This record gives sequence, C-alpha cells and structure tokens, in this order.
Amino acid sequence: MVRVLGYFRDGKNFAEPVGEIELDADTEARIAELGISRRGLLTSLAGMASLMALPQSIIPAMAQTVVSPKKPSVVYMSFQECTGCLESMVNSFAFRGGASIENLLLNIISLDYQETLMAAAGAQAEEQLANATATPNGYVLVVDGSIPQIANSGFFVSGGRSGVERFRAAAQNALAIVPVGTCASFGGLPKADPNPTGAVSIRTLMTQLGISKPLINVPGCPPIPEVITGTILYYLTKGLPSLDSLKRPKIYYGETVHDECYREEYFEDGPRVAVFDDKAARFGGCLIDMGCKGPVTHNACSTIKWNQGVSFPMMAGHGCIGCAEPDFWDRLNINGKKGFYQRLAPGSFDD
Amino acid sequence: MTDPNVIIDPVTRIEGHLRIQAYATPAGDGGTIGADVLVASTMVRGVEKILQGRDPRDAWAFTQRICGVCTVVHGLTSVRAVEAAANIKVPKNADYIRNMMIGAQYVHDHVMHFYHLHALDWVDVVSALTASSSETAALAVKNNPTYKPNNGALPTAAYFDSIKNALNSGLVSRGQLGFFSNGYWGHPAYKLSPAENLLLLSHYLEALTWAREVVKLHAIFGGKDPHPNVVVGGMPCSISTNTGSISERAGGTSLNTAGLTIAKNAVLKMQQFVDQVYAPDVRLLALRYSDWAKIGKTTGNFLSFGEFPDPTRVKTELTDGAIDYPDGYILPQNVITSPNLKTLVGFDQSKVTENITHSWYSGSDGVHPSAATTDFNYTGPAPDPEISGKPYMLDPAVKYSWIKSPRYNGKAMEVGPLAHILIMYARSLTTKALPTDKLVKYYVDRWWSGSTASGGLGLAYEDLNSTMGRIFCRMLETKIIADQMAGRPAVSAAGVTSFTGWYNQYYANRTGKYFNPTAFAKLASYATLPDKVGFGFTEAPRGALGHWVKISRSTGMIENYQCIVASQWNAGPRDGASPPNPGPYETALMGHKLARLNQPLEVLRTIHSFDPCIGCAVHILDPEGKPLVEVDINHATRC
Repeated sequence: MVRVLGYFRDGKNFAEPVGEIELDADTEARIAELGISRRGLLTSLAGMASLMALPQSIIPAMAQTVVSPKKPSVVYMSFQECTGCLESMVNSFAFRGGASIENLLLNIISLDYQETLMAAAGAQAEEQLANATATPNGYVLVVDGSIPQIANSGFFVSGGRSGVERFRAAAQNALAIVPVGTCASFGGLPKADPNPTGAVSIRTLMTQLGISKPLINVPGCPPIPEVITGTILYYLTKGLPSLDSLKRPKIYYGETVHDECYREEYFEDGPRVAVFDDKAARFGGCLIDMGCKGPVTHNACSTIKWNQGVSFPMMAGHGCIGCAEPDFWDRLNINGKKGFYQRLAPGSFDD
Repeated sequence: MTDPNVIIDPVTRIEGHLRIQAYATPAGDGGTIGADVLVASTMVRGVEKILQGRDPRDAWAFTQRICGVCTVVHGLTSVRAVEAAANIKVPKNADYIRNMMIGAQYVHDHVMHFYHLHALDWVDVVSALTASSSETAALAVKNNPTYKPNNGALPTAAYFDSIKNALNSGLVSRGQLGFFSNGYWGHPAYKLSPAENLLLLSHYLEALTWAREVVKLHAIFGGKDPHPNVVVGGMPCSISTNTGSISERAGGTSLNTAGLTIAKNAVLKMQQFVDQVYAPDVRLLALRYSDWAKIGKTTGNFLSFGEFPDPTRVKTELTDGAIDYPDGYILPQNVITSPNLKTLVGFDQSKVTENITHSWYSGSDGVHPSAATTDFNYTGPAPDPEISGKPYMLDPAVKYSWIKSPRYNGKAMEVGPLAHILIMYARSLTTKALPTDKLVKYYVDRWWSGSTASGGLGLAYEDLNSTMGRIFCRMLETKIIADQMAGRPAVSAAGVTSFTGWYNQYYANRTGKYFNPTAFAKLASYATLPDKVGFGFTEAPRGALGHWVKISRSTGMIENYQCIVASQWNAGPRDGASPPNPGPYETALMGHKLARLNQPLEVLRTIHSFDPCIGCAVHILDPEGKPLVEVDINHATRC
C-alpha cells in the first residue's frame, strides 16, 4: 500500500491511504526497462494527485505519461522577471517523495530550455532553443516575466532578439502556453503604475500577435511550487484543467486565501491584530485590520502552504498582499489609497 | 573596431539577462581576449520609477521583486532605509531574525551558486557517467568523510551506481539530456577525473534536496520563500502563545515549538552541509584547477558597506539599535585599494558616483547618486536582425548597457565575497579584529596559503584576487556565516573562543519584542519626519547593496527612491574617464586564453565566479529630477 500525505488542514496532516495501483503491461515494462523504483514513482504521483484533489484513479494515466519512451518536452523562457518563479519551482516537493525538482527533471519532463539551470550558453543555448522548438505541438511553453509590448524599445533583448519576437518564435509550435507568476500572467511588477517599459502579460501579447493556443495562467509572486509543477503535470496527463475567467486552474485558484485560512475564525468576533506583535498577533488573530488581502485573493497558500507545508504568510504574522491577483500592486486598495497595510473596504468582498 | 568573434548571449546559469562580446586574437582553434571586451545587460523594468508616490511601508515588497534570488536582502535594505529616514529603531529579536534570514540567504545562495550555477563550468557530466562507482565511493570517503547521504550512511559503490542509473534512465537512455544538453562536454579545459566529476554531480543533486530544507527558515519567520514578508519597524512574526499545532480553535503562529525546531534544524543543516560537503568540494576543485588563481583578476579595489550587526551591543532597546554599532559588523564597512590588499581604508559614501557614459540613460553623469537625475534613453541597435536587416551588435565606444557604472573615488570597485574576505582579513591585523576576522585569517592561511602537503593549496594571498579566489572566498564566508547562526566551538589555534550562535541567542530572548509599536504612527505623522534621506544598506551575498529613500513631508509617500546594487558595481560598463575604466567583469575577462573560440568555457568560468545577478543591477534613478540633498550616514562616519 502506498500511503501519501495530503493537504494540511487545521494544522494536521491528513493521510490519504492509496490502495494497490494497477498499471498496464506497457507501463510496467517501461518502469522495469528504465530501472526506476515503481514504488517511488507511484508515491510521487499519488502525492501530486492528492495536491490537485484528484482521485487516485488518475495515477495510472500519470504513470503512463511520465514513463513514455519520449518524455514530454518543456521549454521555459524568461523575460522581464526576477527569477523568483524559478527559485520557487526548484523548491517543489509535493509532500513525501513527490515531484521534487530532481524527480521532475530526471524522470517526468525533459526540460529542454531554461536559462538559469541549463548547461549550454550563448550560441549553444540558442541552438538548443531552436532544436527544442522545431517540432509542431512538440512542447509545453512555460514563460515567466512580462514582455515590453514595443519590440524595438530596447527594454528587453536577448540573443539579439526582442522579447516580442523571441516569444512569437517560441510560441509558434507550442502545444500549450503556461505563463508562470503574476508578471507573465497579468503583467505584474513591471506593469505596475506607471508601467515604465510598456510591459504586458503573455495573454495580452498573444492577442496582439494573433497567437491562439491553449493558455493556463499560474499567477503568484511567486506561485506555490507544487502549483507550478502540478499544473504542468495535470496538463500533460489530462489536458486543460477547468479554468476560471482569468485562465487560472480552479483546482488551485478556486477559493480565496481567506476561505481556507485558520485565522478566518476570528474575522467576525476577533481577536484581530491591531499592531504587529500585540496580544492578538501572538495568539494568531485575524489580520484584516492590518490590510490583509486574503478575502479577495485566489490562491492555495492556506491549504498547500509554503516550503513543504511549514507556513504561509498569515501563519507567520503578515497579511496577504494579494500577489496572485491582476494588478495587485495598484488595485487592491480603498478610497484610491494604494498599500498593503490599507484595510479592504467593508463590503468589497464576500466573507 | 574589429568584429567580435566571441559572443555569449544569453549568458546562462545566472540571474537575469546578460550579453558578452569580445574580440580574441586567434591562435589555433582558440585565442586571447583583448581590451574591447564588453559586458551588457539587455533588460530593464524601472522599479524605482514605479516606487514613486507609494507608501514607504510597501517599498520592501517592490524592491524584493528586483530579484527573486536576492529577495531577502532587498526587502531588508528597503526596510532599513525607511527606518533610517524616520528614526525608527527595531527590537533585538528583529535584528536576530534579520541576521538569520540574511545569513540563510547567504548559505542557500552560495551553495546553490556553486553546485547549480557554477559547477558545470568545472564538472564534465558526460565524463561523470563513465566513472567507476567504487572509485567514486573511495573518493567520497576521503573527500567528505563525515557526509552520509546514503540513508544516514557513507555512500557506497551501489549508491553511486544508483545515481548513474538515475541519470542514465532519466536522461541518457531516452536520448533526452534536457537541461544538460549541448554543454561543452569533452572540452579540453575540463580536468577532473571521472570519479571527481561523479562525486560533484551527486552533490549537485543532493544540494537540491538540502536547499528545500534550509529555506524553511524563511518560511517560519517570513511566511514563504522566495519573497518572505518583512516589515518596517521590526518583524511581522511573533512568538506563538499556543506552543502546540495551529488550529482554528487554538490559533497560533509559525513561531510555535514545531516551527522553532524547524528553524533550528535549518541552521544546523546549513552548517553541516557547508562543513561536510561544500567546503571540502571547493578545496578539491581549487586543487585541481589551481591555475585559475592566476586568471580573472580585477584592479584590486574592493568595497563593503557592512552587514550582520551584533544585537548584543544594543544598550536600550527601541532607543538605539544594532545597526548603530558598526564596529560589531561581521562583514566590515570598509574599502581596500590596490595594491594594499591588507590595509583597511575608511568608507565615505560621499565618494560614490554614478556614471552613465556607456549606459542607456540620459541625464546627469558622474555625480553622487543622491544628485543624479536620469531617464531611459535606448540608443542601442534595433533588435531582431530578421526585421532590421542588420546583426545586433553593441559598440564599446558608445552606450551599450542598462547597467550604470558606480565608482568610488573615481575607481571601479569589486564587491562580493572576495571583498568581504579581504576586508575581514585586513581587519584581523588591527586592534578592532573580531573573532570572525581571526577565523578568516586562520582559514585563509591554512586552506589557501598553506602548503599542499599540509592540506592547503599553496597559493599566495594576492592570488585571492582571481577566478578561483572568488570561489574560495564565497565558500569561506559561507562557513563563517553558517557558524555564526548555528554556533561554533573554540578554535584555540586562531585565538577564538566558542560562540553560542544567533539562533540560540534569539531563542533565549524569544518572548521579547518583535516590532516597535510606534513605527507606523511615526510614518503616519509624516509632517514631523526629519528632513533627510534614509540610507539603508546590507552586504548582499553578491556584495554592497544600498537603498536611499526620501519620504515626502507633505504626503507621507515616497518622493524618491534609489538603489545601488551589488552586481551593478561588478557588471557595470566602462565609465567616462579618459581612458575609460572598465567594470570588474570586463577587467577580469581581458587576456583570457580560450582553447576553442566557439566554446568559450573559460569566459563563463570567470563571469560565473562573480555570481551575476543582473535583474538587480539594472534600475533607474530619480526620473522626476529632484536631487536628494542630505544623506544620513551616521553609521558610516563612525567606523
């Protein structure tokens, strides 16, 4: 029996027992041929399925995907970014032997282009990019960072090409496009007022360029690592997940951070934190008066949590700054006042 | 200008976007790089422009996103700048936690830099796959005798077999090398034996697991990593009154018994990995590549703003603060000028200027950052040769980078681990020597300068100014900082007594204050704020980092915000002097001998030895044209 830890709720791990998993003969043969641990692989996949709240019946299909003779190719390109998204992805784990980055890179996907990790540089990197993007519908294109809308502005050039043209070329043959992080999903920090470089999101740029491809936004500044890897794995196994109007997977972004926060209990009747480190803060009271944007922010911070489930912003005493929402640098405020410590206007959200 | 025959764009395994162009005088397949080498950043966002008019309490979150790798230091530099502007002092616990968060960032960053960004310049992955597992196991026992990654035991031949199998089944047998594709495998500059290559490659993989564990410290105190939360006035976290698990009924914070144990284990795991794996691996690498201690030298001028204040020096909490006692900084606030690598010179921030002669900005040039007024002015070539019809080529005679060139007293300065170690060594020779300075001297004398027969490298002190010296100094400062967090025993040979460590000092004080309750109120009564510019600083893992903030006394919002960032000092272009002074990256690359012009591995070795962080290096200053008149440098003038 493969036993997997699922969501953390109420400070407790709930263990989801996973029964014996039957795989088709081809998949079993591939596992043997590759010499990888069957148990290790299934535990890992069960962990991913659990995080996505998917039934264990999906595990055989996931196994089939990841041991296929040709691993799915992922091309990861960076534009106006800070590398925080990649740092986050490298922290991916998925509870107890899940899709750790090592596992992901060695066994699950072929990361054919990623500038921060790849061995090749310069001409060899460019050649690698050309090879990796040559086959129609041959790869998932992951993008972090926004892109300056005007190609010849000089605000983004890499390998002698503008962000616009670099993206256009890479998008051409992509199976699907996964903007990772709030910059790629919605424009993020570069697009914050007054948007000095004319930065736009990937979705906006695709409209401008007339590129029509399946698109899954994975916002967050940065996104939770398991949300990044889980989204990629879900797409490779089952195709497009159910998306909301902002193209976010509902499995991760369906609820607000407030909905699942353990401090939500104290929203109505207190205790509420009035000053950092006050009595209510030490108790773990509601942070709404400290400007918490949890009630209007859709993300999985309070369920999956961060860094192997050890904490999340409110658990460590600071309100949510809303980092997975479009234009959170400017929009989540009251009375025209911007600010992470400005209280949300009463009535501006459903409790 | 001769057409460049060495172009690396994109430079990979760095943070950000960087282009290198050089002309190498050919010899056989290779050649020697000449003086027209240029290093250019080709991406800009304009973060400081975005900050204008915002709440100064929010600035940390914006500046963190200058760089997701340097996230903690930018956040805390910003917080310190706002605290300096409003005379806000923070409690001791906040300084302990800030020290540990910055320290954890050093250890995490430096280890990941060595294994994940730099190692592939020295380690041939294809050769590693041909290694004998039993030879590798024997080497592991010799090189890393206390490291037990094999389920708590020393690695065996079977253990290395399993690593080779994982690489073979995962990458090679499917013909999908993924992120290892198209490396310079088999290049004649690779010198390690197959077993050495496999050993270091196994540590590459293990360091990924380790890194995920140690960043938990940031999650406990800051809620998440990358981009943990910090706050002006202290830390947003508080000790939990519920020491057990958090729950909807019992409440609680991540600073409960379990959380503090996680943080403690993180500092212990950092120290262990540095002592057992990173330090011996660097010494092994340096022994095999000791010729790289003669390559990659800069002009010999070094600068450090200072970092890691000593909270025990605070006299009256919330009246004065650790940051007010620069004599206690582990990394000193000093300058070293060529050729006197063992002589400390006082740091005077009024001697800092910023130069834009070769940077894509218009406005003032060669003046103090507080008086600079600049804006975007892209005059480079049009990108996209298929559209423009011309190759994209930069010209060192004109503007060619989004990075500005800071100068100190008119000189280009190298910042970062090499600067830190030289400056600590120099202080060890003075009456102000801290125990950590004595340890630096002890380890440099033993591990770097000591004879190879006694386990050293047999290299001259001056040779620390080199590509290998940077790698060695990065490792050594990581050890010093890891020990500072976790505690260390006495080293009598160095004349140093034992130290309990910041974690234990914090733990003993954990029920004390975390936040100054008057901080936000002070900022709210903005009309009464002192009329000054707040200067916040840290020594980031990549070197001197400064933020300057001016808060409006009529709106309480940010009037002006400026950053001078570590990689800017190192990666900046030439300045406007005659003849122009190149930046440290450019200086270090001149004269490099390449074995193959079309595989410029040697250039990557030296560039990566600086640990480029280019997102950090690019920013703009004061587009509104309001000079900053007064800079608060009380801490600077006192040391």
